[in-house]
Amino acid sequence: MKEIRWHGRGGQGAKTVSQILAQINLREGKHVQSFPEYGPERSGAPVRAFNRIAEGEIRIHSGVYEPSVVIVVDESLLDSENTTEGLASDGVLVVNTKCSAEEIRDRTDFGGTIIVLDAITIADEAGTGFPNIPMLGAAAAVLGSALETAEEEVRHTMGAKLSSDMLEKNLVALRGGYEAAKGVRVGR
Amino acid sequence: MRKTMTGHKAVAEAMRQIEPHVVAVYPITPQSEIAEYYAEYVHDGIVRTELVAVESEHSAMSACVGAAAAGARVMTATASQGLALMVEILYIAASMRLPIVMALANRALSGPINIHCDHSDAYLARDAGAVQIFTESAQEAYDYTLIAQRIAEHKDVRLPVIVNLDGFTLTHSVQVVEPLEDARAKGYVGDFSPNYPLLDVDHPSTWGPFAMPDYYFELKRGQQAGIEAVPPVFLAAQKDYAELAGRPYEGFLEPYRLEDAERALVVMGSTAGSAKETVDALRADGEKVGLLKVRLYRPFPYTAIADALAHVDRVAVLDRALSFGTYGALYSDVATALLHRERKPILMNYIYGLGGRDTTPQQLDQVLREMKSGDPDQGLRYIGLRE
Repeated sequence: MKEIRWHGRGGQGAKTVSQILAQINLREGKHVQSFPEYGPERSGAPVRAFNRIAEGEIRIHSGVYEPSVVIVVDESLLDSENTTEGLASDGVLVVNTKCSAEEIRDRTDFGGTIIVLDAITIADEAGTGFPNIPMLGAAAAVLGSALETAEEEVRHTMGAKLSSDMLEKNLVALRGGYEAAKGVRVGR
Repeated sequence: MRKTMTGHKAVAEAMRQIEPHVVAVYPITPQSEIAEYYAEYVHDGIVRTELVAVESEHSAMSACVGAAAAGARVMTATASQGLALMVEILYIAASMRLPIVMALANRALSGPINIHCDHSDAYLARDAGAVQIFTESAQEAYDYTLIAQRIAEHKDVRLPVIVNLDGFTLTHSVQVVEPLEDARAKGYVGDFSPNYPLLDVDHPSTWGPFAMPDYYFELKRGQQAGIEAVPPVFLAAQKDYAELAGRPYEGFLEPYRLEDAERALVVMGSTAGSAKETVDALRADGEKVGLLKVRLYRPFPYTAIADALAHVDRVAVLDRALSFGTYGALYSDVATALLHRERKPILMNYIYGLGGRDTTPQQLDQVLREMKSGDPDQGLRYIGLRE
């Protein structure tokens, strides 16, 4: 079973993409959970969301404390939150940043695999403006999902609410994130 | 088809398939998203239900009572304080033998104000006369909402049924759920035919009468007969559903690796799932431990509990609410169930998870280890509490 923790800020869509990540994995026949940590719901406040992904039925209903993947949607949280708490030393830290992996290693003291991607620039160039979809692409890549499955799910989930133009832009953002993280897969 | 959805959505889906005549709800906090989803179905014309948005939960249950007495199939949903406000009328719904099915998103009662899970709300309604079922997952919450309808409307029962699902843990977390196709769900639930409906003006009847010392006692005894009729009805409704949906549901309880267990946990709700992980891990270490999950909480299945636990050496009963001044409510029931058995386990009572405090498999592991030698006379024990 893989456990994933998302760090974002209220309004950035971390909870939404954790749900889409669950659905991508459901499409691949996995068992999934996605749940946010609930506190006061304020725009800009730090929020956490979680995933569990497993081959078999997931019976556990307690919180996630030792994730194998941590995804930081908002870089400023590296300084205010303990984003690597409980992260396995052979785990993966994915950060939305313009910094290099080495700089992130210095800031977090995390010894495992670090993936950096500039999700804001990817989103801006795609024309969507939100970093959560590139981060979803990166998460899908790290967890070993096929890009096609991720695209299919984003079409399915977002297609009803977005214009076809905006949907295509989101798919570009998704692919950008996926490409940036491709080649690194979480070990367990 | 397997889908992802929250527990709230799963219950709303079951309600959509049941498509009751009337849903009466208080549309703001502490209501659940169940009512929100259902209001959307009504607005979009997906269901033909009369949605009555009232000014309080007290009124919500009152409207349910009125509509059910009139002859309608009626459902509602609530949580914590909302149920507290409903309880006065819930007693009346039960005494009038009205088959109102309601979801209860289990959340702590104030104070202090808290929006997270525990079972204090369900325990508050414990003696109201409603049937109560506890569920472990969003899938079970969906399944038992359909099953509850059959139990509530059975001619021998005709009582309100509460389907409990843990707040946030089940209600807000996205899980995999496999709902039935609409036609099969509708076929399972069947048509509703009310008893002595008020709207049958050719056959007038009296509802909600005054009863003095000369009759009150007999009427309450009649109500007791209604809830005593539940066990066989529960089993039959569950069996039909299990066959239809291909689920492993059987009995009032779900024993897990209990047959040769020396130590066991008794628990209700989503924590049962986490406890299964703990039991598996300890079994892998050669520890003879097991679990008993309680599905049907009211009426309490005393005999089944005693049969399931009599052979175990030590049992820890986990209550997710305090019953101030005494042991946990589930513990007291389990103790009563075992009282007259010659061979019975040493019982311990653990209070856990109040106000949404997380309970992990590691903590349950610790309970199963420490209860090996623990003093049963210690009184209440607490899991994950800072003292």
